[in-house]
Amino acid sequence: MSRYIIRRVLAAIPVMLIVTTTVFTLLYLTPGDPAGVILGPDATPERINELRERLGLNDPWHVQMLRWYGKLAQGDLGDSLSVSNRTVAQAIAERAEPTILLTSLALLVSLLLGVPAGILSALGRGRWVDALVMFIAILGVSMPSFWLGLNLIYVFAVSMRVLPLAGYQGLDQGPQETIRYLILPAITLGLAQGALLARMTRSMMLETLNEDYVRTAWAKGLDKPAVVIGHALRNALIPLVTVIGLSFAVLMGGAVITEQVFNIPGVGRLLIQAIGRRDYPLVQGIVLIIALMYVLINLAVDLVYGILDPRLRQSRA
Amino acid sequence: MAQLQTQSQSQAQAPLAMQGTAATAGLPAGRARRKQTFFDRFLRHRSAVIGASILGFMVVVALLTPILVNHDPTIATPQSRFARPMGDATPPATGTYFFGTDNLGRDVYSRVVKGSQVSLIVGLGVSLAVVCAGTMIGLTAGYFKKLDSPLMRVMDSMMAFPGVILALAIMSVRGPSVGNVILALSIVDTPRFARVVRSVVLSIRELQYIEAAHALGVSSPRIILRHILPNCLSPMIVQATFVFAAAVLGEAGLSFLGVGTPPEIPSWGQMLGDARNFLTQAPWTMVAPGTALMLTVLGLNLLGDGIRDLLDPRLRRQG
Repeated sequence: MSRYIIRRVLAAIPVMLIVTTTVFTLLYLTPGDPAGVILGPDATPERINELRERLGLNDPWHVQMLRWYGKLAQGDLGDSLSVSNRTVAQAIAERAEPTILLTSLALLVSLLLGVPAGILSALGRGRWVDALVMFIAILGVSMPSFWLGLNLIYVFAVSMRVLPLAGYQGLDQGPQETIRYLILPAITLGLAQGALLARMTRSMMLETLNEDYVRTAWAKGLDKPAVVIGHALRNALIPLVTVIGLSFAVLMGGAVITEQVFNIPGVGRLLIQAIGRRDYPLVQGIVLIIALMYVLINLAVDLVYGILDPRLRQSRA
Repeated sequence: MAQLQTQSQSQAQAPLAMQGTAATAGLPAGRARRKQTFFDRFLRHRSAVIGASILGFMVVVALLTPILVNHDPTIATPQSRFARPMGDATPPATGTYFFGTDNLGRDVYSRVVKGSQVSLIVGLGVSLAVVCAGTMIGLTAGYFKKLDSPLMRVMDSMMAFPGVILALAIMSVRGPSVGNVILALSIVDTPRFARVVRSVVLSIRELQYIEAAHALGVSSPRIILRHILPNCLSPMIVQATFVFAAAVLGEAGLSFLGVGTPPEIPSWGQMLGDARNFLTQAPWTMVAPGTALMLTVLGLNLLGDGIRDLLDPRLRRQG
């Protein structure tokens, strides 16, 4: 097991290096001058150049990158150019709460919808339940999240007026309010992922239901719930752990759009703002943190997978 | 590659192809029969036919746009802002606004019709680019053991960025244009496609007929192109359909965020972005572009699912 863990951790390091280098290079190549953005349109070329010198923007690419890596190693992502008096880390931390809550709730929504729907579909295979669930699932996969969001806003906020139109209330105002504000966004973000999970759960369940050990379980006279949940589902869920890790990337990306639809002041909206204002360090910081979180979550998923499935440990060790 | 396109195109137009099959009855029996069974199965596969029909409809709309529109999709008519659906134009403008007008008085119907072009061009462009790049990377990584690890490491790293965020970052570097949308979404979708191709290659390269080809002294490029590539085609076609769907959604998402297609080219995502700001005043502006977008993606997903069912022998046996 320890060899397996070491192998997985070592494999994640080059990924992180490539990720960080890509982020740096991409933003380095962005046209537009942050010094000009900071000083505004009236600045003289001399003053712009002075500030560029001070920010180190006149140095060659590799010098800027090494300096960036050096700071990164100390946890310093630099100062934000557009959010006043904030470091990038502070600016992101201030906006993290809604995004973390939104993605977690969306993941919850997708699991609560997807897994039971998939099981139901697999058990009723070929019958109308199956057809209905799979039809809803493919509709869910095809539905653009922002359009779903607009429809939900229209129905629940504009017509019925039971939920807030848009915006966000922090947890400090009480979790109930926060959930009222996040319920539509979480459904918007989680539905497509739930539909995907339903399709995957179904095919995993169909596979495990055909396994010998399930036949054995039936043969020894276990009742239906014991066989379906205790034997088939338990094994079907193992690959789903990986899917949940991958879901995180999709949900983080989707959160950018969902936050825009519902005017939620989260990291996603901060990213859009930062792009609009050419706030290089902030864009870099956000993209980097999201990518690194994704790598770490998938590392964790791999390790959990190794614990759940001993075959994997041995074959790769 | 040409083979792949013609094949996927002929599948997209399967309902039309039926006459084609009848016409090939004069060909050598074996070939005609094989074709017939595929199209027969295709036509019996309900979701494949529905998907192909929806996609075919969108293609027709995109091609006939100049005939179908009844207003200039880009011209603002301030006197007829927020006209309701089926409302008549205020003079001096003429004609009926089938789906109403938006905040600038632009005809929603004409914009939706015109928007089909961008969606399909981006979808087609991205899937072609992804198929080319992904196939090359996948074949190389799967066949040459030494290149496998470095290539896949890079692909993994690219997949570490959520697609939307990587696309956003690329768009912010390159600026809004249709070409850049295609570029950004191609970069986002290539790694997954390459992974699929690689995994198929890995399973094929150990088979005996490849070993036999090696033993006969067949060169690596020839083994790859003649013996491995044709066997990868089924999963590639299926995957390409899903890439197409993802690209249509991706373009709409970027345009919704205001960094995709430039404002002068109507696109469904951009229309929804505009509609969002006037949801209470003019809810009709979001109906048509959203429906068109969802139908297109649904059609592609149904088609992809259908082709996968038809091409996967394991599923076929189970009926």
